[in-house]
Amino acid sequence: MNPLSRRDFLTAGVAAGAGLVIGFYLPHKFSGSAETFAPNAYLKIASPDGKITVMLTRSEMGQGVSTSLPMILAEELEADWKQITIEQAGASSLYGDQSTGGSASVRTTWDPLRRAGASAREMLIGAAAIEWGVPRSACKAENSAVVHSASNRRLTYGQLALKAAALPVPADPPLKKDAKEYKIIGQPVPRLDTAPKVTGAAGYGIDFRLPEMKYAALERCPVIGGKVGSFDDQQSKKVTGVGFVGKIGDSAIAVVADSVWGAMEGRRALAVSWDEGPNRDLDSAAILVSLKKSASGRAVTLYSAGDVAKVSGRRVEAEYQLPFMAHAPMEPGNSVAHFRGSNCEIWSPTQVPQDVRDSVATALGLDPDDVKVNITYLGGGFGRRLEHDYAVEAALVSKAIHAPVQVLWTREDDMRNSTYRPASYHRLSAVLDGAGWPVAFSHRIVMPSINLQKGFPAENGTDSEVKDESSFTYSFPHAVIEYVMTETPVPLGWMRSVNALQAGFASESFLDELAHLAGKDPLELRLHLLAKDENVNGWQTARIRGVLKLAAEKAGWGKALAPGHYQGMASFGCFNSYMAEVVEISMENDQPRIHRVVGAIDCGQVVNPNILDQQIQGGVIFALTNALQAQITINKGRVVQGNFDDYAPVRMNQAPVVEAYFVESSEAPTGAGEPPVPPLAPALCNAIYAATKKRIRALPIVA
Amino acid sequence: MPAFTLQVNGGERRVEVSPNTPLLWVLRDTLQLTGTKFGCGAGLCGACTVHVDGAARRSCSTLVSQVAGKNITTIEGLSANGLHPLQRAWIAEDVPQCGYCQVGQIMQAAALLTKTPQPSDDQITEAMSGNICRCGTYERIRRAIHRAAGQGLPR
Repeated sequence: MNPLSRRDFLTAGVAAGAGLVIGFYLPHKFSGSAETFAPNAYLKIASPDGKITVMLTRSEMGQGVSTSLPMILAEELEADWKQITIEQAGASSLYGDQSTGGSASVRTTWDPLRRAGASAREMLIGAAAIEWGVPRSACKAENSAVVHSASNRRLTYGQLALKAAALPVPADPPLKKDAKEYKIIGQPVPRLDTAPKVTGAAGYGIDFRLPEMKYAALERCPVIGGKVGSFDDQQSKKVTGVGFVGKIGDSAIAVVADSVWGAMEGRRALAVSWDEGPNRDLDSAAILVSLKKSASGRAVTLYSAGDVAKVSGRRVEAEYQLPFMAHAPMEPGNSVAHFRGSNCEIWSPTQVPQDVRDSVATALGLDPDDVKVNITYLGGGFGRRLEHDYAVEAALVSKAIHAPVQVLWTREDDMRNSTYRPASYHRLSAVLDGAGWPVAFSHRIVMPSINLQKGFPAENGTDSEVKDESSFTYSFPHAVIEYVMTETPVPLGWMRSVNALQAGFASESFLDELAHLAGKDPLELRLHLLAKDENVNGWQTARIRGVLKLAAEKAGWGKALAPGHYQGMASFGCFNSYMAEVVEISMENDQPRIHRVVGAIDCGQVVNPNILDQQIQGGVIFALTNALQAQITINKGRVVQGNFDDYAPVRMNQAPVVEAYFVESSEAPTGAGEPPVPPLAPALCNAIYAATKKRIRALPIVA
Repeated sequence: MPAFTLQVNGGERRVEVSPNTPLLWVLRDTLQLTGTKFGCGAGLCGACTVHVDGAARRSCSTLVSQVAGKNITTIEGLSANGLHPLQRAWIAEDVPQCGYCQVGQIMQAAALLTKTPQPSDDQITEAMSGNICRCGTYERIRRAIHRAAGQGLPR
């Protein structure tokens, strides 16, 4: 962090006589310059009851930030965890970056949250010392109170909050240096959002209501990039409760009614002729063929070591490919908008409240300061809610009808209007030495770029996220990772682990091929390539070794398995964390039955092992869906899949036992949301190879 | 507009909606019982699961006209204070991640335990495989059902 921020990020004050308030700044990987520092999070300690409120601007989409982030703060605050409550902040131009994504929440907030907690603690100690007329060094904070043991006096944070608020905020408060000092961090603390989620009280976007609110269903052009030609709304308007029917933008018609069902019925009654546009013949099979053709095109080097061209020996080649995929979070897209002429307010399950604010402002011709965005609970995100589409639609409909409205997507709308994980083609080659060990490794990734499509500037002629997420962690004397950046009309988006899933599937499967060719054990081959302690491409070989060995040990790698059971393994580093998985299967009717997945992560200091376990369980199951059976295909410009029958998430009857382990570490924490995803598909396909000697080089496995 | 009299969570509710309205939307929009969720609209995911005369039903695919006079229970009526044994077990196992599907999961599990108070792993799998969780909480769901059934936690 910029040193400037150390002084500037903390502000303190008295909240209308309510207690101590400290504002602080949580950076994000997408953050702008240090010039724009403004608090985006607040800590309030109420007087006199001592209730501690942590107001956060990260979105809770199931990943547990509403518990893990306040834990980090509470540790340094020496807070009584039972007094902590969370408040979800809405988007404001007063705040710094509020985006949630990139497995970044814990990693980027670790330092500022600890400093905010420590600053408040120091101020509270200072207030007590003044009150008692004793040196601060004689006072100690514990359990939401300051104690002076010499005189056996004790004042609670609630009693001290007002006095503390009058003191200056320390610039550089002392932080705990040893994990042994942690009382809250590292504990499997239950989540703060569980109770409302089991009673139905938790408010998701779909549950938000305003007085006089209408409901809108939108009929969108089924062809990617197509437009509304003409439409007849006569039958729609006969549906009870339907009021407004009209075009929203170029590609959709909104039907607005007094109820969701009325809007859906009215939508079904529409007669529309579409201007299908230039993508009417778009076909995903043809896209995969064109990716393969592009493989000989201009490539940007993402990583290189030595010179692969100069290596002679036995040469091995393979091609891999992956299809488009959709996030399909359980809560379909929705947002409520209330346009009030000169301003607009939005309630949305969003990962990017400020982008929503800006896009809504542009769509309505308003100043961003006149758009207020409130964040609800998110019924899953997985990257889908990094888009702004539902909220912009709601804003446009609200403007058209001059009333508050909820736009609600159906499952089919979600499946067919998603922003898909890019399809990709991979060409790999390796050269083996006389003993069978690979000494040169090449991986050429051919894939449309998300960032290029979204208009973000290319860095050095490439998509920097592909570089970051195609991490190569093995120490080959000669290696090259290249990227051929292509384009596609298919809408692209960031889906859990983003480009890492594609890169990891290809390279970790190919590595298994090399192991079998060489007659080496796949673990032995990996450890051979990681033998030296070094930094490869920003990754520590020791840490990859650590997760591989841990997963192998817990899974009983190399030991006798139940009859008919086989194992496969893979490891991958992404979003600053290291992950290895061992998948155990048997084959039934030519299909894999997945019995057990053992995952081992090194994500630095673990903040909450309970939530880490959830993230590993969830990442494995999420990845299994796409590895096994779910893909998005396009025919005549239309997304073929529509619901959970033809895009089938893994259900309980397919779910393996998932065992999650982590490497004890005192490194600063990194992320856990995405790293469990990439190793699953290659580990599974490697297990299938072990069972059948059949190599799967294209996903999904069950096409 | 025809009127229907529904028995919802032990109380009588009169609603005026078109007869082809799915129960889901009557609950959510007309009666403001938003705990029941919309996931797929096609009976494929179980997020909308409620009880009709004690049996689990997908409210998105059940017309209001089919349930007039029947006893409908939603998550809001499953227990007085959110203290149904399953809800307590869900809290003890810290099951939810995003939480969106969990109400449907709990209603499905509650119907299972009514019929089969001590379900085996296979019986749980069979009963629960109609309910999708994209966050992948299946293992904790299984543990919570065992816990609520008082069977301990087989591994």
